[in-house]
Amino acid sequence: MVTVKNSHTLVALVQDKPGVLNRISGMFRRRGFNISSLAVGRSELPDLSRMTFVVEGDDATVEQVTKQLYKLIDVVRVSDLSNEPIVAREMALIKVRATSQTRSEVMQIVDIFRANIIDVSPESLIIEVTGDEDKITSLNELLKSFGVQEVMRTGRVAMLRGAATQASPSNGTRRANTPQHYQDYEAIL
Amino acid sequence: MKLTGAQMVCECLIREGVDVVFGIPGGAILPLYQTMPEYPQIKHILVRHEQGAAMGADGYYRASGRVGVCMATSGPGATNLVTGLACAYMDSSALVAITGQVARGAIGKDAFQEVDTTGITLPVTKHNMLVMSASDVPRAIHEAFYIASTGRPGPVLVDIPKDVLNEVAEFVFPEGIDLPGYKPTMEGNPTQIKTAARLINDAKRPVVLAGHGVILSRAYDEMRDLVEKTHIPVITTLLGVSSFPETHPLSIGMPGMHGVAYASMAIDRADLVISLGARFDDRVTGRISAFAPKAKIIHIDIDPSVIGQNVRTHVPIVGDLKRVLRALNKEVKPNTHGEWLEEIEQLRQEHPSLRLGDKPKLTQQFIIKMLSDITQGKAIIVTGVGQHQMWAAQHYTFTEPNSLITSGGLGSMGFEVPAAMGAKVACPEKTVWSICGDGGFQMTMCDLATIVENKINVKFAIMNNHFLGMVRQWQHIFYKDTFYATQYTGNPDFVKLAEAFGLYALRVTDKSQVASAIQSAMAHDGPALIDFTVDPEENVYPMIPPGESIGEIMEEPASTEVKAWSR
Repeated sequence: MVTVKNSHTLVALVQDKPGVLNRISGMFRRRGFNISSLAVGRSELPDLSRMTFVVEGDDATVEQVTKQLYKLIDVVRVSDLSNEPIVAREMALIKVRATSQTRSEVMQIVDIFRANIIDVSPESLIIEVTGDEDKITSLNELLKSFGVQEVMRTGRVAMLRGAATQASPSNGTRRANTPQHYQDYEAIL
Repeated sequence: MKLTGAQMVCECLIREGVDVVFGIPGGAILPLYQTMPEYPQIKHILVRHEQGAAMGADGYYRASGRVGVCMATSGPGATNLVTGLACAYMDSSALVAITGQVARGAIGKDAFQEVDTTGITLPVTKHNMLVMSASDVPRAIHEAFYIASTGRPGPVLVDIPKDVLNEVAEFVFPEGIDLPGYKPTMEGNPTQIKTAARLINDAKRPVVLAGHGVILSRAYDEMRDLVEKTHIPVITTLLGVSSFPETHPLSIGMPGMHGVAYASMAIDRADLVISLGARFDDRVTGRISAFAPKAKIIHIDIDPSVIGQNVRTHVPIVGDLKRVLRALNKEVKPNTHGEWLEEIEQLRQEHPSLRLGDKPKLTQQFIIKMLSDITQGKAIIVTGVGQHQMWAAQHYTFTEPNSLITSGGLGSMGFEVPAAMGAKVACPEKTVWSICGDGGFQMTMCDLATIVENKINVKFAIMNNHFLGMVRQWQHIFYKDTFYATQYTGNPDFVKLAEAFGLYALRVTDKSQVASAIQSAMAHDGPALIDFTVDPEENVYPMIPPGESIGEIMEEPASTEVKAWSR
């Protein structure tokens, strides 16, 4: 699990409707929030997609991001996993120059990183690598000396460890209405 | 029952209790308009510009609490709505806008009068939807009304392609609402309410900051109960004006940029600010770091996103204000706050802020004070944006709940004409005065035709200083008297203009004529307009420069000379 300073992992369950991605990305843009990655795909629930955001900013910013996400009608649930035990992964495809002279050296590096080679041509290889952002960045750095021609990264996806899940939308009210920090305020007073 | 998409729209509007819509037809929405004669229960008001439709619906909602409805065709019809939608969004007005769209097959083809209406209106609506099948129309309209009118109200736009309006399908009105992502919190957290009560009971110098939420939640009585029990003074934001009777001894007035000095000073000295449905707009707070420096803040709002958005909050409570206040009132203990109220009274004596003086020239302040006296503070006042708006908030003594209708958040000039029209349509039994700037009036005056055509009895008072007065004031104070592009040297003769539209109109140039002109306009059975030629050199005081704090307040100078402000 990577913990970059001021980087927060949010997971949102959203209704799978046309334009929902536009609503969310538009909100991030006009409110001046920075997303460093965004990954979307279907969830285990019908008509609902799950998105993982990596958001840059302090706690107040992330609180605003969460609330503004909730304000969108199509957003069903938002969880801030920043302080939770999670597993987080990203996948990348890296196309690197590899000739008969360098190919075996590249393959050794790929092995060390437990990555896969999924395409070979006389001049290049495509490497598939899964892991946290640091691992992918390190591999990419090592490959640069061979000539990285193209990189495609999916962005982080994250999930709570253990049996806990991001609760289903039918269970109770939405969490943002009584966020954890509201209770923290009481402790201060 | 098989119906066309257009018939479904009308059937749904009737089920939602709609009796009037503001709009203009055009190609893409024609199937809907051609169906409307079958539904005479819905009165259609044909405005002269779609901005007037949106702002008319906005005025209608604000005056009555019933969702305002506007209609426009695709393309330019929809884009003309945008300013009105943005205004409604910023000020939490429940509107439903129905727009025609080009036929489904033409979408994305740059067809005639095609724009991406849902894309354009995305950031200025609470929600919007493009309905791609007639069978989806009833659910879309029902959800639109539900979303617009619940939680923090706001505009919702429903975009319907022309061929969907023509399409025939089985009409099924939805039984309930199925929006898993939209469940506004109504009840406040009981623990938080107890904490808030404890802070209120312990506070020595508390103030209530009442915002638009008090009016939207119709929580006037609950707020009054709270403050009469605890003797906490009430400060009202611009949109909170008229949430509390200004004749009440606990009423302090408006704080902030053009608020009364003693209201801002009270906040500055307070040890507790209880925000009721206010969102700490920069016009209220000034420089955030210097705002209420000694105070803890209780923030009650139905929209969680405004809590903590601008100021740090000690006790956040999300919920409907009326319900939260009912619960809170049970927990707070009676108090008198004698010393604190005396201190504020002392501030009021030292910084009177709203003196009219005996200036020989005709001033806007004088006219508004006269209007307040003649209408006994009971009219619905609709304003535009600028100097006249601030003076209306300052010098009209509002005694009736929800009687100031003004564009606060967006600050859209031109609001005064169509919003007054909408307010009068919603409340025909009330006297509606539109206080206009000569600049804003000229942005939307085309709807005078709508007003005459539909016999809508609005009274207009144009504060004609031949300037964009507030901009002029900023040029005077912050830009060393560089008066560029603010003077109107070719204003029309508003009396002749109004008469051409068919209004009763008169001109006032002297203080002695004001009272009789107002009375004569009110005595006239129909819309009337007074063109007040006012002193262009008056400035609104007090003024806290933008981004500054109460320490930098500029109060009305003894002479008319004001030195250019320097940091």
